[in-house]
Amino acid sequence: MIELENVGYSYGGGELLGDISVDLSPGSFHFLTGPSGSGKTTLLKLCYGALQATAGQVMGFGQDLRKLDRDQMALFRRRIGVVHQDCRFLDHLPLAENIALPLTVSGHGLAGQQDNLNELMAWVGLTKRAGALPPELSGGERQRAALARAVIMSPDVVLADEPTGNVDWEMSQRLLQLLIELNRMGKTILIATHDLSLIRAAKSQVQARVLRISNRRLQLAGADL
Amino acid sequence: MSEGTIRTLIMVDKQADRVVPPSGFTAQLTLFVSGAMAFLAVFALALSLASGRLADRWASELARAATLRINAPGDQVAAQTKTALTILRQTPGVAEVRALSREEQAALLAPWFGADLPLDALPVPQLIEIRGAEPGYDAQGLRLRLAAEVPGAVLDDHTRWREPLVDAANSLRRLALVSILLIGGATAAMITLAANAALAANAQVVEVLRLVGARDRYIAGAFVRRFTLRALIGAAVGVVLGMAGVMLLPEATDEGGFLTGLGFQGLGWLLPLVIPVLGAGVAFAATWAAARRTLKELS
Ligand SMILES: Nc1ncnc2c1ncn2[C@@H]1O[C@H](COP(=O)(O)OP(=O)(O)OP(=O)(O)O)[C@@H](O)[C@H]1O
Ligand SMILES: [Mg+2]
Repeated sequence: MIELENVGYSYGGGELLGDISVDLSPGSFHFLTGPSGSGKTTLLKLCYGALQATAGQVMGFGQDLRKLDRDQMALFRRRIGVVHQDCRFLDHLPLAENIALPLTVSGHGLAGQQDNLNELMAWVGLTKRAGALPPELSGGERQRAALARAVIMSPDVVLADEPTGNVDWEMSQRLLQLLIELNRMGKTILIATHDLSLIRAAKSQVQARVLRISNRRLQLAGADL
Repeated sequence: MSEGTIRTLIMVDKQADRVVPPSGFTAQLTLFVSGAMAFLAVFALALSLASGRLADRWASELARAATLRINAPGDQVAAQTKTALTILRQTPGVAEVRALSREEQAALLAPWFGADLPLDALPVPQLIEIRGAEPGYDAQGLRLRLAAEVPGAVLDDHTRWREPLVDAANSLRRLALVSILLIGGATAAMITLAANAALAANAQVVEVLRLVGARDRYIAGAFVRRFTLRALIGAAVGVVLGMAGVMLLPEATDEGGFLTGLGFQGLGWLLPLVIPVLGAGVAFAATWAAARRTLKELS
C-alpha cells in the first residue's frame, strides 16, 4: 500500500529523519511511537504526500508520490484516510458537513450516504453535535470527528496521528475498536501515538507491529511494551 | 480547459459552493465594481449608438450633397428649372438631379407654416436636389456656369460644414467603443484582484480541501461560480440603473439635435441586456485564471 524506501527528511534545521524503510502492506496494523518532536507527524506527512522526502522514495499504491501531479495526488488522497494531529476542519461548516467533506469533494455527494454518515456519527458519539461548528467543539469531540471524516470514504489505508490524544480512556477504547474493526475488514492502519496503554490494548486483539523513532531512525520495538 | 473542467466549473453544486466561506469585502467589491462598470457601460453604449446614428444620418445628407434653389419671377421658374437641370445633367461628378415636386416642397414647409399652405399663391423657390458621385463635382465651376445661364439659381452646398460633423460623430463613436473596452478591462482587473484576495484569505480552506482529496478544478469552481454570480447580479443592477438614467434623458427631437438623441431606439433597448452576460463572462475568465495561478502557487 504505502512503502518507504531509505527515506530521509531534512529541513533548514538539519536532518530530522534518515534512512527510513517501512512497508505498510495490505491489511497490516502498525503503531508509530517516539518522543515528542521525534518526527512522527513528519513521517505521516511523508506518507500522504503533504511533505516530500528529501532522500529515498515514498511509494503509494505502487506510484512514486514525487511523480504525481496535483490531480493524481488528489485521487491518491481519496484512497487514504488521515486523522491529522490538529484535526484540520473547515470552521464555517457544521460538523456533519465537515465529516462528509471527502464525499462532497470527490463528487459522490451525500446521496445514498446519509445513513452511512448518521451511523458513523453515532459511532463516535457526535449525533447531537451534528450542527455545531468545529470551533465550538471540545478537543475530544474534534478528534472523534476527525476519525469519522478519515474513514467515511472507506479508504484502503488509515493514517491516524494521535487519534486518542484528547479523549478519555473509554472513548479511546471505542476509537481503537473502530480502527481494529476496519483492520479486520482488510484496511491498512497506522497509528502514531505516545499512549503505550493504547498499544497494549490493541496488541491483545490484533497483530500489530510497533515502530519507534529514536535518533532519527526507525526501529521495530521489542516485547518490552 | 477540458470539457469536463468546464462542466465542473459551471454546474451548480450547492454543497461545493458552501466549502468556500462567504467573504465580506471581496463580495461587496465585486458587486460594486461590476455594478458601477455596467452603469458606465450603458452610457458608453448609448453614446456609441447615438453617435453612430448621427454619423450615418449626416453622412447620408452629405451624399445628398446639395440643393439648388431657383428664385425667379413666377413665369420664369419653369424655364430656368429646365435649363438648370440640363446643365446639372451635363456636369461631370453629378450622379443624380431631381426637381422637387410641389407636394414635397409643401411638406418641407409644413412644419413652419402649417399643412394648408397655398403654395401657388406664394413666390416659393423651386428646389432641385443634387446627389454627387465619387469623386464629386466642381462646385465652383458649377456656380460660375449657373450664374451665367440661370440667373435665379443659388447653389447651397452642405459639404463644407457637414464633413467635420461626420468626422466628429465618428470619433465620438470610436471613443465610446474604446471606453467600453476599457470598462471591460478594468472590470477584469478589479475582479482578478478580488479573486486573488479571496483565494489568499482562504489558503487554509484550500489546504484542508486538498487534504481530503479535492482537485484543483473543484476548488477553483467554488470560487469561479461565486464571483461569476456576483458579477452577474452586480452588472444586472448597474444596467437597470443605467437604463433608467438613459430613459430619463429628454426625448430625441430634431431641434435638440445631438444631445437629445442620446438614448436607445427600438431594438437598441435590448442591447444593454448583453452587458451583464459579458460582465459575468469577464468575471468567469478572470477568476478562473486567478484561481489556476494561485492554486499552482499554493501547492
Ligand atoms: N519545516 C520545518 N521547519 C522547522 N521545523 C521543523 C520542520 N519540520 C519539522 N520540524 C521540526 O521537527 C520536529 C518533529 O516534528 P513532528 O511534528 O514530526 O514531531 P512529532 O513526533 O509528531 O511530535 P509530537 O509527538 O509532539 O506530535 C519538531 O521539532 C519540528 O519543530
Ligand atoms: Mg506529532
